[in-house]
Amino acid sequence: MSITTSDAPEVHGAEPAAPEAALSPKRSFRSDLVRTYGPLLGIGVLALLLLVWAPGSLSPFRLGNLGKYCCWALAAVGIGLAWGRGGMLVMGQGVFFGLGGYAMAMHMKLEAAGPGKVPDFMQLYGNGTMPSWWEPFRSGPFTLFAIIALPAVVSFVLGYAILKRRVKGAYFAILTQALAVAFSTLLIATIKQTGGFNGLNTFTKFFGQNLYDPAVKKNIYMIAAGLLIVCLVIVWQLYRSRYGELLVATRDAEERIRFLGYDPANIKLAAFVVAAIMASIGGAMFVPIAGIISPSNVDATASIMLIAGVALGGRASLLGPAVGAIVVGYGQTTLSEQFPTQWIYFQGGLFIVVLLFLPFGITSLLPKLKELASRRRITGESAA
Amino acid sequence: MSGPLVSHDYVEVRDLTVDFDGFKAIQGVDVTFLPGRLHFLIGPNGAGKTTLVDALTGLSRGTGSAEFRRKDLLGMKAHEIVHLGVGRTFQTASVFEKSSVLQNLDIAAGMHRKALGLLLPRRTVPERVEQVLETIGLAALAHRPAGILAHGQKQWLEIGMLLVQDARVMFLDETVAGMSADEREGTGELLRRIAGERTIVVIEHDMDFMRSYADFVTVMHAGKVLAEGTVSEIQAEPRVQEVYLGTVAEVGSNG
Amino acid sequence: MDALTTPFLTGTAIGAILFLAALGLTLTFGQMGVINMANGEFLMAGAYATYLTQQVISSTGLSILVAIPVAFLIAGLLGLLLEVSIIQWMYRRPLDTLLVTVGVSMVLQQLARDVFGAQGDPVRPPSWMRGSIDVFGYHWPHRQLFTIVLAVTALAALTALLKRSAFGRRIRATVQNRDLAETMGVSTRSVDRLTFFLGSGLAGVGGVAIALISGTNPTLGATYIIPAFLVVVAGGVGQLKGTVIAAWTVGVVTAFLTDWTSGSMAQVLTFAAVVVFLQIRPQGLFTVRTRGLA
Repeated sequence: MSITTSDAPEVHGAEPAAPEAALSPKRSFRSDLVRTYGPLLGIGVLALLLLVWAPGSLSPFRLGNLGKYCCWALAAVGIGLAWGRGGMLVMGQGVFFGLGGYAMAMHMKLEAAGPGKVPDFMQLYGNGTMPSWWEPFRSGPFTLFAIIALPAVVSFVLGYAILKRRVKGAYFAILTQALAVAFSTLLIATIKQTGGFNGLNTFTKFFGQNLYDPAVKKNIYMIAAGLLIVCLVIVWQLYRSRYGELLVATRDAEERIRFLGYDPANIKLAAFVVAAIMASIGGAMFVPIAGIISPSNVDATASIMLIAGVALGGRASLLGPAVGAIVVGYGQTTLSEQFPTQWIYFQGGLFIVVLLFLPFGITSLLPKLKELASRRRITGESAA
Repeated sequence: MSGPLVSHDYVEVRDLTVDFDGFKAIQGVDVTFLPGRLHFLIGPNGAGKTTLVDALTGLSRGTGSAEFRRKDLLGMKAHEIVHLGVGRTFQTASVFEKSSVLQNLDIAAGMHRKALGLLLPRRTVPERVEQVLETIGLAALAHRPAGILAHGQKQWLEIGMLLVQDARVMFLDETVAGMSADEREGTGELLRRIAGERTIVVIEHDMDFMRSYADFVTVMHAGKVLAEGTVSEIQAEPRVQEVYLGTVAEVGSNG
Repeated sequence: MDALTTPFLTGTAIGAILFLAALGLTLTFGQMGVINMANGEFLMAGAYATYLTQQVISSTGLSILVAIPVAFLIAGLLGLLLEVSIIQWMYRRPLDTLLVTVGVSMVLQQLARDVFGAQGDPVRPPSWMRGSIDVFGYHWPHRQLFTIVLAVTALAALTALLKRSAFGRRIRATVQNRDLAETMGVSTRSVDRLTFFLGSGLAGVGGVAIALISGTNPTLGATYIIPAFLVVVAGGVGQLKGTVIAAWTVGVVTAFLTDWTSGSMAQVLTFAAVVVFLQIRPQGLFTVRTRGLA
């Protein structure tokens, strides 16, 4: 049982497989520094673009859209961890996006209704009685707690049940997709409690701030973009750490990990839970920016679109998922308005083209080009 | 060769049976693996040697008992068995090809690390890892990716990973298959060096290697134990001669 | 008696459709390690083929009978096209084929919307299918009986093909030991292609049954693909026996749950039931026992 994955990307911090590097046992201090802190520089550039350039240069409408892309990117970063490094194709992240989103939406609906009052749609669709499990969300701190705790608990329980039984690969992917379908079906069926097909919308306040105030909107955008940067830094650290190595080793040689004394299910479970929490945070910030959360943000299609960005950008790279998600998000909102039906062909085509020709996304082009360049150099030198 | 016998580091297998949907790969096997000696497990193909080790390391289900440190290995999961101190290698060396030799050892050493320590990146290499690197003779190749190692060196790295895990019992599956004569000698010497405080069980086909390095031999055939003893004892055993025919006859003329 | 008969009979009909939908999936996954998420769209293609046949042949009875082979051919050819253009480069890569075929299914769904409209079109069942037969006081619609007969015929035909024909032998050889089959002169590539054709075609036949029950619809595939996969997972990949039993069970369970709660809750509960089942038996109902590290 040989553990080779010729098409898998390198473990971050591991020795490169390129011939020249192997010939010199010690690499230069400078290239070490670049390898370790280079991605951090990339995050810094992204942070500058999102937090400094964008708020100053984009119109409020465009900024709002970018905010939405950042929310999807948050979910995408988690998918990069679980899928790119952990090998778990999570096709149901819409569920956790929805958990965070609906938690936030419930709080904001209650804020809009006023103290002690019931949200408007309940009077519309129901008889005006509010289910008791809505009440805790009136509290801001509880809502924030729920945005982290709900996805953590759900992902832990589900992940434990599925991963401990060694369900992996395609089975795992399909189960997560089924989960997304089940969750969105549940939401649609409970119109009196969750707004059903229409979801939750028409908010007025965000934690006491007036949602229609442009300054408040800008701040909300900053929070979303800021959270994205924070999560990127967290994931950067995870990738560098021993856990990150273990996760990649589990992805490439799960059974071998067992004989190192680790239970691969635990390693994967940790990544699954972190990914769920990140998706939930993305969903939570989506609500004040987009002004709505509905089953269509949660279902199988939405979950698959979260994957699309990750696949395009490069699932195992650090910045690929986030950048890919922003690009796909742009396509989703802007291009789909100009070309409503053609955009779907584009979406489908994206999956086909990326997986056929560039399974590790656009960022995988970089090392390939570098390798080509270095090969040319070597053959050039030896020919001389 | 023999060191102080630690009283509880032996593996006692009693009445082990492994059943694959009706086919009994192993039947009623009794064997004791003691520390401080190189214990060889030999037998023709299909005798059940690898199945025995699979059952003891959590890869196959067996009935009976296999006691190590007052625990029964047969009920335990693979990674739990590793934690207990029982390790094994595989016929095809399974190392992490893209990581360096040093990283391979360090990953293996991580087993005893606390969970929170996993969140930090690697800064220094534990002393134990440096020592093992010397023991297995790969210090010069510490920073090379494991994928470029020769077959024999990969096997040594695998053994090294077991050492770093502080495995008290090591099952080595056909370690020298495909090795050159020099590599075989290197492997034999390595095994001698590490056998002192540990229980080393070597599954082998190579009779020369067995003759040179085995302290104790268990011969298996058709899922059962055929004979046990020192090399000369089992060579003289008529049942073993029967099973091995020409091979043992050749051995008999030399030994 | 009625409370038990109705969901049982309806459930068997649902199971019959699920079986036809799951068949292609389990065949291609078991034989080639390929996951085809576009199989739902092959169901849809079969349904639309039925609709189109009815536009051409006015007699409702004859049109349905003609629609069966037509749907088989159209869906089968679609599957073949998919295999030749995309899938053949991606054998043994289940996760990649999963995502690729997700993209394909998006494209096919949108195509259906563009060509036929988003509303979906009705399919007129022939007069002999409009009635029902009396089973223990329950009026069992003929259409459901037809569905079951269709599925059973397909199963019988497939079993006969696998056991008796030369092609069936080649399939079995390829599934059991691909490399050995190659050395024996079996062109595993053509076997793979034909298996894909066969599986997709059977999905098309399933589409005929669906069309009779609920008409055509661009989202038809999306409705059936996940339940079909749950059937594949529960039955054991590549196991015909398992697919039959799992499809029947899931169908009946869904029908009982729909009776008891509502259509959507039944979906949720069925999903929960499959997860629980996998807890007990993660490899599905039937598998080939292997030893080794994988």
